[in-house]
Order: sequence, then C-alpha cells, then structure tokens
Amino acid sequence: MDFVSILSIFVLACFVGYYVVWSVTPALHTPLMAVTNAISSVIVVGALVASAASGSPVGKWLGLGAVVLASVNIFGGFAVTERMLAMYKKKDRK
Amino acid sequence: MEAHSVSPWVAVAYLIAGVCFILALRGLSSPATSRRGNRYGMLGMGIAVVTTLVTHEIASLPEILVAIAIGGGVGFVMARRIQMTAMPQLVAAFHSLVGLAAVLVAVAAFLNPEAFGILGADGNIMPVSRLEMALGVAIGAITFSGSVIAFAKLNGNMSGSPILLPARHVINLGTLGAILVLTALFAHSGAAGPGENPLFWIIVGLAFAIGFLLIIPIGGADMPVVVSMLNSYSGWAAAAMGFTLHNTAMIVTGALVGSSGAILSYIMCKAMNRSFLSVIAGGFGAEAGAGGGETQEQRPWKRGSAEDAAFLMKEAENVIIIPGYGMAVAQAQHVLREMADQLKKHGVGVKYAIHPVAGRMPGHMNVLLAEANVPYDEVFELEDINGEFAQCDVAFIIGANDVVNPAAKTDKTSPIYGMPVFDVDKAKTIFFIKRSMGGQGYAGVDNDVFYMDQTMMLLADAKKMVEDINKALAE
Repeated sequence: MDFVSILSIFVLACFVGYYVVWSVTPALHTPLMAVTNAISSVIVVGALVASAASGSPVGKWLGLGAVVLASVNIFGGFAVTERMLAMYKKKDRK
Repeated sequence: MEAHSVSPWVAVAYLIAGVCFILALRGLSSPATSRRGNRYGMLGMGIAVVTTLVTHEIASLPEILVAIAIGGGVGFVMARRIQMTAMPQLVAAFHSLVGLAAVLVAVAAFLNPEAFGILGADGNIMPVSRLEMALGVAIGAITFSGSVIAFAKLNGNMSGSPILLPARHVINLGTLGAILVLTALFAHSGAAGPGENPLFWIIVGLAFAIGFLLIIPIGGADMPVVVSMLNSYSGWAAAAMGFTLHNTAMIVTGALVGSSGAILSYIMCKAMNRSFLSVIAGGFGAEAGAGGGETQEQRPWKRGSAEDAAFLMKEAENVIIIPGYGMAVAQAQHVLREMADQLKKHGVGVKYAIHPVAGRMPGHMNVLLAEANVPYDEVFELEDINGEFAQCDVAFIIGANDVVNPAAKTDKTSPIYGMPVFDVDKAKTIFFIKRSMGGQGYAGVDNDVFYMDQTMMLLADAKKMVEDINKALAE
C-alpha cells in the first residue's frame, strides 16, 4: 500500500471514530476508556512482527517484551470492561 | 519486503479486525448493547493476532505463547482484583503499558527494519518510515512517562497537588520544539541504516522527559482531562506504528482511540469551562488556593444530624443525590444505595445526578453506582436533571463540592466562573455531607451553599454518616 491510501484510511477512520464516540452514552465513559485501551493494544501486531528477528536478537527480545506488555492490556482491558459492563443493570425490582 | 508480498486476504483480515473495533465502540451507545460490543472487540483482537501469527515470520510459537500467557495472566488477575474506586489508576497504568509497548516496537523497527519491510533499495530505512517511527516512538514515550505520573498521582504515591517548576512553560515548549526539529532532521538525514542514527535515541530521551514534565504541574481534579488525553495519545502511538507496518487494523484502531480520547478531553474541559490549554498548562488549584485565603470571615451555618436527615428525607416526595469524588474515597456507594432503597420503601422518589467531571475519570461515578447495583435508569446527567431541582424536596450532596457551587453562575471573579453546576440552591432542603468545614473543594473557593437557610451540614465521613442515616431510617 502506498502512503496516500494508508493516509486515506486513517483520515476516514478518524471521522468514523468522531461520530461513533459522540454516540457513546456518558454513563459508559469509563468502560469506553477501558475498551479503547484494550483495543489500542492491537500494537501487539507490531510486537509479533518485531519478535521475528531475522537480523537482530535485540529486536527479538524487544518484540517479545512488547508482546508481554500488550497482552497485559489486552486481557486486562477486555476483562475489566466486561466486569464493569456486567454491573450496569436496568430497574427490574418492584 | 517480506511483509508486503503476502496474500490480499491478509489485508482483508486486518480490515475485518478494524471493523470489529468500530462495532465495539458502537456497542457502548447503550448499556443494553455494550457487552455485545465488548465481544466484538475481543473477536477483532483475536483475528488480528491469529492473522499475524499465521502470515508473518515470527519467533517460535512457544516463545510467543509464553509471552502472551505471562502478560495475559497478569492483566487478567489485575482486572479481576481491582476495586472499582481504583479504576482511574488502573486505566492510567494500562495506558503506560501501551506507550511502552509502542516504544519497544518502534525501537525494534529501528534496529531491524528488514523484518518490518521498511528498508529502501539503498539499504537505508525509507524516509517516510523514519518520520512515522520517530513520531510513534515520541508519542509512545510521552504516553508512558505521562501515564506513570498520572498513575502515581491517582494512586496516592505522589501528592495530587501541582508541582510547579520555574520557567516550566519555556522548558516544555523548548523540549517539544526540539522533538519536532529532531524528528524532521531524522527523517531527512543521510545515515539511516538500521540502528545507525543517534538522533533517534535523543528523540526517545526527550519524549520520556516531556511526558514527565507535562503532567507534574497538573492537579488531582484535572486528572479526568489528563487520563483522557493520555488515552488519546496511546491511540495516536498505535496509529503511527500502523503507518510503519502498513497495517489497517492498527491504523483504524489508532484513529478510533485517538478520537475517543480527544472527545473525552473536550467534554471534560467543557464541563469545567476551561480551555484544554489552561488545563495542560497546569497549576490550577494551587494559585487559586493561595489567592482566596484572606477574605475568610465566619459566616453562620447549620449543623444537621443523621436523624434530621432521615426524618426529612422520609417525609420528602423526591430526593436527588449528587455524588462526588468524596463518595469514592469513603467507599460509600453501597450504603448510599441501601439508603435509597429504604427511602423508596417509604414512597420517596430517588434520582442520582452526575456531573461530567465528578470523580477522577469520565464516567467514574456511574461505574461506582453501577457497582452498588443502582439501576442506570435512575442516574441522570447534568443537563437532563438540572431543571428538576426547583421541584425537589431534598438535594443530598455526598462528596461533591465545586459542582454545586453557585459562584460558578454569579461570581465573575471566581476561578470556577462559567462552569456548569447543579442548581441545588433551588431545592427546598439541602443536606451536604462533608468531613469538616475547613476543607474547600479542589478549586479552593468557598461555597455559598454551606451558609444557605435551607442547608444542613452533615459533618462526618461519608460512609459513616450514611450508615447512621440508614439506622435512623430503619427505626
């Protein structure tokens, strides 16, 4: 992919983000932060590529280190979001 | 070049992962759809990880699995154990990890550009990639050190009050400027083989320093803005690495997270009627506190008891509860819900009113009330409930202060002037739980509500006081 097509995806995604986030109800702003935190750990993709280390052993260990950090976030972020969302209940008692 | 010669299905898989992340955020538009949204997020992450493992040359699978198991185990245990009142710290800690991961990935790409497919024909890293990786590493480093400071302040390892260095604006602007200039030089300079150019390391060092310097002058109650801002940065760091890797999932996610954090910062600033720049410049609270000290006069106020509160609320038709950070500190959300249950048994209508900046992160109070089993349809936002105070018998303020201060509406000289506040002064009776008369809110301004005819101050620890009210209600 050339730079311009990547940039187009990025700019369009910013607009999508803008409209989607404004539609999030304020009551769920804390779960929103937790889940955005979890998904930003998609950086794990870069970490996995780095761990390949066809040339540099240092790069490999940096990559594996980044995999550990991103995994903390992925599992922790989604789990804590799930835990919070499970607490939001509607009035059902009389 | 390895990364680019793969099948187009790989790009499609990353795109699907990106779409899953959009659906994850979309689900949060209502609590009813939110959990399905979270599942989409997990699905997207699964697709992205598996696609990478299958299609890229990686370290041996056992090594990867061990790394994921270590990180995942730690994260999972943290997520299970954390107290809901400590959520702001947890989120700050998680941000710092994203930032550090971005730094590690960028450094790895710098040392080993071939694996990332960003080596040009001349044996140098391509200029565009150099620009992207320098920006990625800088944003990642700022996110990391900034989040560490935010964590320390929120967790109480460090005082929440602003730390003001002399000439801090000059130092900060100078450092930021230097980072930008060095980034441009790094992208343009000739020697750019793998790991060669020392400018890269200077950028990393300066970025760590500026993250630290930017957050230390910001006070505790401005943390909602800071946490949102760092959330945004962690997204931009992921996006920058996505540019380097030509990876759609990372770019889409980075853009989503970046906009999300930016919008939350905007909402928080608006709810305090302050500009983003004034929050980032820091020092709020320290200066105001010093200035407001001399006009202290003794004004009469009424002290109420738990019995008074129980009696008056039992007789009331409707009660609006306004929780603030003090409720979180005292862990009073559960006893508060018990109080509301008892009142409801007496036929009293109970609603909760939440200010956007109540607590230490956006939506903090909502989570705590949800934890205490308060149904979310009893919880209202500022603009939805503010009209109801005029018909309200009792306003019950627990651990909030600045967000009910009428000076924000009337006193042009007040540091909080213009901030939208609850019109509690229109309620027939006000109960104000506060630890003592001495302490003032974060902004360091006196609150006229304390001295109003219809106000009764309930001076005690919030949890203790509500427990006493519960006992009195039960009699």
